[in-house]
Amino acid sequence: MTDVLSAALLITGALFLLLAAIGVIRMPDLLMRIQVATKASTLGVGCMLLALAVHFHDFGITIRALLVINFFFMTAPVAAHMIGRAAYFVGVPLWEETIVDELQGRYDRQTHTLRSTLPGHGATPGDAHGHAGPEPEEGAP
Amino acid sequence: MTLGEVVSIQALTPLLFATLGVALCLAFFRLVRGPTLPDRVVALDLITVLTVAIIALYDIATNEHVLLDAAIVLALIAFLGTVAFARYIERRAQDD
Repeated sequence: MTDVLSAALLITGALFLLLAAIGVIRMPDLLMRIQVATKASTLGVGCMLLALAVHFHDFGITIRALLVINFFFMTAPVAAHMIGRAAYFVGVPLWEETIVDELQGRYDRQTHTLRSTLPGHGATPGDAHGHAGPEPEEGAP
Repeated sequence: MTLGEVVSIQALTPLLFATLGVALCLAFFRLVRGPTLPDRVVALDLITVLTVAIIALYDIATNEHVLLDAAIVLALIAFLGTVAFARYIERRAQDD
């Protein structure tokens, strides 16, 4: 019975990791690659380590496997957020078919600050309507 | 004949190693090709996660659990490396 459960978890985990790798190759821009690589790979490696814990049936190994799973679940979102944030500040191009970039015009490259409102909101409404082009910093004044 | 005798992990492991190997090659392809530095960092992060998964699979295949400690260290280093790279990318953009 444990063999069946372990094998099922292994197959699920390996498939999710393969999907993450395919997504990293196929996705058109960096932010989509980050989201597919983070979520799918976390689930995949979690399944693999659970399979390890089920297979060995040992207290110390189970604790260590759960430790690694817990660590991945806590750190993967933080790492993905930091990379995405740094990439946006550097001006990594978004996909050309991106519909909305909510940060557009709210980040000032010179002072390195973010605003919650658009610059010149109400006074010069023309500034607020930059196109959602590949360079997100283009709309900033 | 129980269900456990039908599903043999030993017969399954080469297939799973091949799957993870293909995933590793795809991630490496993105690491080489990635147009920007953050792309490469994401690919490197995925490669580390895949390495942890391969260690887990190897432990199961050989019934040997010593490498699990290496997996813990690898998970730690992957996070620290990604955070350090993110800080570096941000600082480099500010200095320019």
